[in-house]
Amino acid sequence: MLEVQGLTKRFSGLVAVREVTTTFEAGRINAIIGPNGAGKTTFFNLVSGYHRPTSGRIIFDGQDVTNLRPDQVARLGVARTFQTTNLFDQATVLDNLIVGHRLRTTSTFWDVVMNTSRLKEDECRCRAKAEEVLDFVGLSSIAHHLAADISQEERKRIAFALALATDPKIVLLDEPAGGVNPEETLGLAELIRKMVRNGLTVCLIEHKMDMIMSLADKIVVLDHGEMIAEGTPAQIRADQRVIEAYLGADYAAA
Amino acid sequence: MPSKTFQKPLLAVLLALGIVFPMIAANDYYIYVMSLAYIMAIAAVGLNLILGYTGQLNLAHAGFMAIGAYTVGILTVDYGVPYWAAFALAGILSAFIGFFAGLISLRLKGHFFSIFTLCVGFIIYLIIEKWDALTHGTVGIIDIPAPTGLGPIRFDNTWSQYYLVLFFLVVSMWVMSRIVNSLLGRAFLAIRNGEDLAETLGINLMRTKVLAFVLSTFYAGLAGALYAGFVRFIGPGMALESHTFDMIAFILVGGIGTLFGPLLGAVLLTWLTQSLQFLQDYRMIVFGPLLILLVMYFPQGLIGFYRQRQARRAAASAKDRRTQRAVVGTAQEARTNA
Repeated sequence: MLEVQGLTKRFSGLVAVREVTTTFEAGRINAIIGPNGAGKTTFFNLVSGYHRPTSGRIIFDGQDVTNLRPDQVARLGVARTFQTTNLFDQATVLDNLIVGHRLRTTSTFWDVVMNTSRLKEDECRCRAKAEEVLDFVGLSSIAHHLAADISQEERKRIAFALALATDPKIVLLDEPAGGVNPEETLGLAELIRKMVRNGLTVCLIEHKMDMIMSLADKIVVLDHGEMIAEGTPAQIRADQRVIEAYLGADYAAA
Repeated sequence: MPSKTFQKPLLAVLLALGIVFPMIAANDYYIYVMSLAYIMAIAAVGLNLILGYTGQLNLAHAGFMAIGAYTVGILTVDYGVPYWAAFALAGILSAFIGFFAGLISLRLKGHFFSIFTLCVGFIIYLIIEKWDALTHGTVGIIDIPAPTGLGPIRFDNTWSQYYLVLFFLVVSMWVMSRIVNSLLGRAFLAIRNGEDLAETLGINLMRTKVLAFVLSTFYAGLAGALYAGFVRFIGPGMALESHTFDMIAFILVGGIGTLFGPLLGAVLLTWLTQSLQFLQDYRMIVFGPLLILLVMYFPQGLIGFYRQRQARRAAASAKDRRTQRAVVGTAQEARTNA
């Protein structure tokens, strides 16, 4: 599904990601963990086209996407969420989601001025998609609330919904459970499982170890930009380097 | 934003008011002032597209309005081009120059973009002021012909010119409403909300921003062309950034990122300026505190404030309906169980 080979990103002096080679398989939940500053978000930025890698290759679905722009990568089916999601607070939740499907439509500026049937069809499709993904993340009931008035957990789900509206094949989630309580975290984990059941591939960055250990099929551990381990949760839990760099002796013992 | 602020009846009333205004105005001067307010409103509506909807503060907007005005002025006075041919070229030329200016300046983000466009505006001013042979320099262009008649309609008095300007205002607003309420408008808004997120939603950042920029400069050129035919005298000063700041004030007062905000702001502030004329420069003493109060209590502008309340109310009533339905649902359930 997604394959990176020798991926390196250097910001002037600092190497944020160094020679990372790994594969994320389709239909799985993959997690990237590691201490702060390990290069996790940079890794996402590279895969989603926001940064150009200094060297290395990114292959998505058999296609080299190393030097594509974020919008091109999105069109190919890579969606992502951010740690914080800025919504248009003065509009409703549903209104905020409609733009998410824009990339799958073809109407141009002239369609807009002429108000052609193609534009109307496109707008119908986008609205239908917005309703569909809102239902998927379980927020149909707040469709007409102002985005300013929703809770942190709902905001996280909206971020998922926006990513899903692009009809992705893989979704990159950057700390999907950051800032929500343990109960809500379970709900979000269930939502992530539901996404995979529906044929998606997920790759997430998260610091909540309990969530990761129970959720992930595969874990990649980054430290100072380097991949120090990869494997199943059980393998990672037992890995001496991971315990030293990130988990700590207490966690391993527990 | 996509949710429409005004219902059709209210729009009809507004249009009717616009049409009867010359008949109830005390004298021609009032009609003249109102026409000028409309022209400024067209420019401000254009600026609002790039500033309010797309989130890019373009400080060269007055410069593009000047390009439109000078296109008409130079072509009609020095080259004898018919007014309407020059008029059509004005919008196109502004948008054409806007395309290249946008292509370069939109590579910068945030404040850097604003500072760059401030320079672009000043360069436009300098070119107009220094290029005597083409632009008549500091003297400006005088005796620009009034718009020539179209068929039986003549534009040789304030009344008819008022209706001409009103016509273009209505068309501009109508086209703008289509743009901002469409998927394209949503793409602009997505960029304003966050460029990173917009890009990961598959929106081509550069192309979309350049499109917004070109459209806004087209509006500026159109407003400038109307201005040239209406005031019939233009000078390099109209390209100065202080005029852009006037338009920004219109937008802020009326409501940034709202369709009617720039129009409301342009009309309100123009009349406020007129009625404070007797204070001369001291009118700023009234203006300043008023603006501060507005920014403190109505940061979204007048229409933005109104719309937010409306949206809250709609959300609340949707919630009510749901709870009612839920209550009815449980009642029914209870009955079935019984």
